[in-house]
Amino acid sequence: MMLIPCPHCGPRNETEFAYGGQAHVSYPEDPHALDDAAWARHLFYRENPKGLFAERWVHSAGCRRWFNAVRNTITYEVQSVEPIGPRPPGGRPAESTTSEGGHA
Amino acid sequence: MADILFTQGPDELKRAPLAHLHRRLEEVSQSAPSTIRLGERPFTTQIGLRAVPGTAAHRALAGALGVELPARVGEVTGDAADVAVLWLGPDEFLVVAPPERAELVPRLQDALGSEPGQVVDLSANRTIVELGGSAARDVLDKGSPADLHPRVFPAGTAVTTTLGPAAVLLWRTAEDAWRVLPRASFAEYTALWLLDAVREHRLPASDGASDAAPDAAADPASASTPDSREEAAWPATMA
Repeated sequence: MMLIPCPHCGPRNETEFAYGGQAHVSYPEDPHALDDAAWARHLFYRENPKGLFAERWVHSAGCRRWFNAVRNTITYEVQSVEPIGPRPPGGRPAESTTSEGGHA
Repeated sequence: MADILFTQGPDELKRAPLAHLHRRLEEVSQSAPSTIRLGERPFTTQIGLRAVPGTAAHRALAGALGVELPARVGEVTGDAADVAVLWLGPDEFLVVAPPERAELVPRLQDALGSEPGQVVDLSANRTIVELGGSAARDVLDKGSPADLHPRVFPAGTAVTTTLGPAAVLLWRTAEDAWRVLPRASFAEYTALWLLDAVREHRLPASDGASDAAPDAAADPASASTPDSREEAAWPATMA
């Protein structure tokens, strides 16, 4: 059981949250320009790092707000959380680039 | 905007979400009132507010209400016996007031005007199950993942969490007094869950004669009677 620190409500039981997958996946600027393979890659291909991973969570049984979290996929430790809002410098958190494992 | 106020209408048509369980809730309160009390407080005026803190809308709503809006998770402003405001999210609040305060809805709507925000009559959304007595926290601890120790959850705290699998608002109004606010459609489930959870506190020990309390062990027949009556009442309620 994970104790997830909601940026609005503080640490709460994992059961109050729902998972939203990888964070900072940006929508293609011109979706019509993509062929099927590229579109499928946007829709379905996600990183699967061993280590730090930036992901989205929603506190569905609490404040019902989405937020971003950086979680270690080995230890399940939630390293940092931030409310949804301004994107981090460079468009993605620096932490996720340090992850081992292949990027999709 | 259609001004349909669920708080207004013929009183004789109002039906509390737990009306069919009032007798059983009352039985619990009579069984061991200092240990556990259960009851429903239906028909309260409840108003959902959306306004970002620091904006004109936020100030206007607080001004019209005469109560500051809570600023952080768990905080409750106002008076639980009159008009109280619960924190639901960074820009989302719930006003809970007695049934006769339905006039707050148009007053707050007027105060908000055309500012970005929301005032919605949610009176029919949730009912209030009141839980009291010295064992109340033990009962809630059986099904709530929130830390209810007074160190982090003193009187005058309310959070949105779950009780068993059902999403509820949990509000501690005094040291031994709690309000559980399930949505109306989850009210029956929540009440039945509580009725089940309080059984050990309302009934004399009747199983395991070796470790049972002396008075129960002395007269096992009478001790088991309420148990069987409880089981008999169960199908009738579910029907």
